[in-house]
Amino acid sequence: MNPLFQQRKVIIILVMLLIMAVYVIRLFGLQVVDQTYKDRAAANAIREIMVTPPRGLIYDRNDSLIVANEVVYNLMAIPKNIQAFDTFDLCNILEIEKEELIKRLEKAKVYSPILPSIIEQQMSKEDYGYLQEKMHKFPGFYVESRILRSYPIPVAAHILGYIGEITEEQLKEETYYQLGDYIGISGIEKSYEEELRGQKGKRMVLVDVHNREQGSYKNGEEDVRAVPGENLWSTLDIALQEYGEKLMEGKKGSIVAIEPKTGEILCIVSSPSYDPNLLVGKSRSKNYSKLYTDSVNLPLFNRALKACYPPGSTFKLANGLIAEQEGVLTEYTIYSCGGGYSIGNHVIGCHHSGATNLVSGVQHSCNTYFCRAFYNTVSNHRYHSVQEGYQAWRNHITRLGFGQKFNTDLPYESKGIIPSVEYFNKKYKNHWNGNYIVSMGIGQGEVGATPLQMANLIAIIANKGYYYRPHVVRCIGDKQTPNMRYTQRMESGIESRYFNPVIEGMRLAVLHGTATGAKIDGITIAGKTGTAQNPHGADHSVFACFAPIEDPQIAVFVLVENGGWGASYACPIASLIIEYYLNREVKRTDLEQRMISTHFIKTNNKPTKTED
Amino acid sequence: MYPGIENKSRFTKGADKYLLMIYAALVFIGWLAIYSSTYDALAEVRTFDLTDFYGRQLLWILVSAVVGVIILLIDSNIFQTYAGIIYIVCMGLILLVVFFGADINGAKSWIRIGSFTFQPIELAKFATALMLAKFFSQGKTSLERRTQWFFAFGLILIPAAIAILQKDTGSALVFFSFIILFYREGFNTGLILLGILAIFVFVITIKFNELYAIACLTVLLIVACVFNNGNTKKIIRNFVVYGSFVLFVFAVNFAYTQILQPHQRQRIDTIFGKSVDPKGADFNLNQSKIAIGSGGFVGKGYLHGTQTKLNFVPEQRTDFIFCSIGEEFGFLGSIILIGLYLTMVIRIIVLSEKARTDFTRIYGYGVASIIFFHLFINIGMTIGLIPVIGIPLPLISYGGSSMLGFTLLIFTFLKLSAEY
Ligand SMILES: [Zn+2]
Repeated sequence: MNPLFQQRKVIIILVMLLIMAVYVIRLFGLQVVDQTYKDRAAANAIREIMVTPPRGLIYDRNDSLIVANEVVYNLMAIPKNIQAFDTFDLCNILEIEKEELIKRLEKAKVYSPILPSIIEQQMSKEDYGYLQEKMHKFPGFYVESRILRSYPIPVAAHILGYIGEITEEQLKEETYYQLGDYIGISGIEKSYEEELRGQKGKRMVLVDVHNREQGSYKNGEEDVRAVPGENLWSTLDIALQEYGEKLMEGKKGSIVAIEPKTGEILCIVSSPSYDPNLLVGKSRSKNYSKLYTDSVNLPLFNRALKACYPPGSTFKLANGLIAEQEGVLTEYTIYSCGGGYSIGNHVIGCHHSGATNLVSGVQHSCNTYFCRAFYNTVSNHRYHSVQEGYQAWRNHITRLGFGQKFNTDLPYESKGIIPSVEYFNKKYKNHWNGNYIVSMGIGQGEVGATPLQMANLIAIIANKGYYYRPHVVRCIGDKQTPNMRYTQRMESGIESRYFNPVIEGMRLAVLHGTATGAKIDGITIAGKTGTAQNPHGADHSVFACFAPIEDPQIAVFVLVENGGWGASYACPIASLIIEYYLNREVKRTDLEQRMISTHFIKTNNKPTKTED
Repeated sequence: MYPGIENKSRFTKGADKYLLMIYAALVFIGWLAIYSSTYDALAEVRTFDLTDFYGRQLLWILVSAVVGVIILLIDSNIFQTYAGIIYIVCMGLILLVVFFGADINGAKSWIRIGSFTFQPIELAKFATALMLAKFFSQGKTSLERRTQWFFAFGLILIPAAIAILQKDTGSALVFFSFIILFYREGFNTGLILLGILAIFVFVITIKFNELYAIACLTVLLIVACVFNNGNTKKIIRNFVVYGSFVLFVFAVNFAYTQILQPHQRQRIDTIFGKSVDPKGADFNLNQSKIAIGSGGFVGKGYLHGTQTKLNFVPEQRTDFIFCSIGEEFGFLGSIILIGLYLTMVIRIIVLSEKARTDFTRIYGYGVASIIFFHLFINIGMTIGLIPVIGIPLPLISYGGSSMLGFTLLIFTFLKLSAEY
């Protein structure tokens, strides 16, 4: 016993308790107070992997696959997790210079040290397989698969549109997306983005200190399953589309074909076009800028929706209908044509002459007749002024689909041009009458319409008074739920009986009038030629028609820029479209060949395939 | 005292039950933690595998249990009688290891026979505790006090020096934990305080610079002089101490900046957290703190830790095993574990003070000193309060030598303290 120092046991125990108290306080700080360690532990060991579901596929109206998916692989890196690795080895696999790799890694670090960045895009399957085996040698890197679009039939580029990486501006508004995600930029891809993209999922995985995946976190409890995008069924008849594009080769212009009963767009050609596969994959931006800078042909410009042309003689159909509805003429009203319509010293000429009623006016496209009809419409004694008369006409023409957007499912429509009363009041300082604007009666002057609007007018005529807004998607999802956006029947406000003389005139025009080139054995066609005056060069060749007259299946509008008068190109092309659509074969191969081989312009966007 | 009368039917008779229970609890917790840090969440069918870490540890636990039972059965006089011989044999053994031992993880401190490895330094801790107990319980009468302390220091310096030769700094430091025992046996408080001050000044000189160290010393000098209240003799003594510490600071600084090779300096810097070495010690310490810190209040649950399973924490089964407990059992689990250790150490101290013989008391203090020092260094290191010094957490860390060593220490004490 050493009683002398017995009190020292108390000091020893107290010092021990004191030291452990400090440790307990420290542990309290680390484990309870400081929350950052939990995040850091998660950042260490839990990797959240976004699962991008496959984008919906697109089929045409006959179940042909027109937009498919193709898997590519991106090499990703999280800068913070990168450890020393053999740069030489990685550069060899990726076939890039060391400097380039360092540059990309620096860029990734600047973007975010803890978020993944793409280091190499769209590796081939072989490169991916090779890299996957060596992945453990590159801590901080991993491979992510991405799905790219591919187009088995390289047509309809404008309608299908394309997808591309989301821009930083879009990212600020759309919380769903992350940098590097794809989003629809134009066409169906844009307007049905939400249906096509599905819902992203995520997978939580554990990785070890070498960043090797070690299995799922909490047995996948916190994983979110990705919901695949919905497949879409387009209204397009892709074979017809392909045929239309072939006919328009080497020409500028547009074909729009609509099924009148439903408003479904059967084909919608804007020429020159390009191979949609050009805007996919690695060479997308290179190809895009090539297309973008082609200022002569404007291949990216969708003429069918955005180009605003003077509608020409086909506009006479609308004016005839409005005049009837407004009561300024009946099918028996006869105007005599003396070869033109005179306004003071100025004469709007007409190539025909004689007593003309509505049927023969349409049949022979009589300028005199429709100038008078239009003049009488806006100068109607029902109204107190030309302003009121014009406003009445304008209301009708708007209900026929002009001067406004359809808000169809294809983005970026043009409204066309139908001037307002105020516009003319300002222009003519409130002193004007029907003759000031009478050229609008024959589709010239201050009026502009898109090919889609013109095709829709033909659909209204075929339906004798109503239409459904033109659209390109029929059903959504594998259950083929009908697209409910376009089921509302739009009334034109023109009584159906007023359509009969107009249709009769169009029928005669094909049989014995201006549009005999459109005749097809066994199919009754109602058509109307047009020649849209072009102040910049040769006139545009225009033709509008529908068939069969008894039970209209297709309404077509064709415009060939600088193609001269309507009967020369637009009329045979429209006729071939109808023959192909209704008969599924074309017997007039000579005509077909002549149309295909006539080239006004040189383009090289079509035959090119993507380089890789 | 009277072994003849003792009831031999129960070998645990007289052994402290609480100590036995805490021992068993710690061994059990340790094995669970080793199992957890070896646990492969991916394996679908897990077969119990004796070649895996938890399997081998279980074998060591069984060996230790047998050794413990044997100790409880044998005559307690053996320890006092043969303390000297045990000490000499162990010193010889660890010295042999310096020349013939196997090199594992940079320390030449292992005996290897086939796949079996053992660190005899763990036995040396036990032997030194026995030797000191024998020395202090008998030596007082025959030696002058000052000479006695020289001898005592010699007894701990021999194994410490050999440990340094084995490049096992951690174990070398452990032998200095016997200063707690010395203190209890009457070692001068002032000298201990001066020793602590020397360590303090040394750390400040290395970690910051010599000016900080001198500034601290000056503040202490002023405080001391104010307390001494004009006692000239004491003030002169203060100044002498101050002067020698200032010289010490300069010496340390000179050695650190001028004598050490750059790579040696680098090692010291890393130990003191001076140089950032994200792949080395700094990385390890960071991962250790992340693992413990992410445990939160109640932990992630047994087998649900991520950091201590996916190899983020270095030495996750041995020196950093506390991370596994901190991560899976949280703050609550951590303080329960610290509580168990403290109870064990204080229980040993209390039993020592009650012991009939000086030998048992002194030996008990030796055991308490070693266990506490291991606790202090190991946990302090994992939570970043102490530089990274590799010594195991008693009875918990993976490793047979340390398991066996601590079993010997504790069961011998159980046996000795039962003998009254
Ligand atoms: Zn005429």
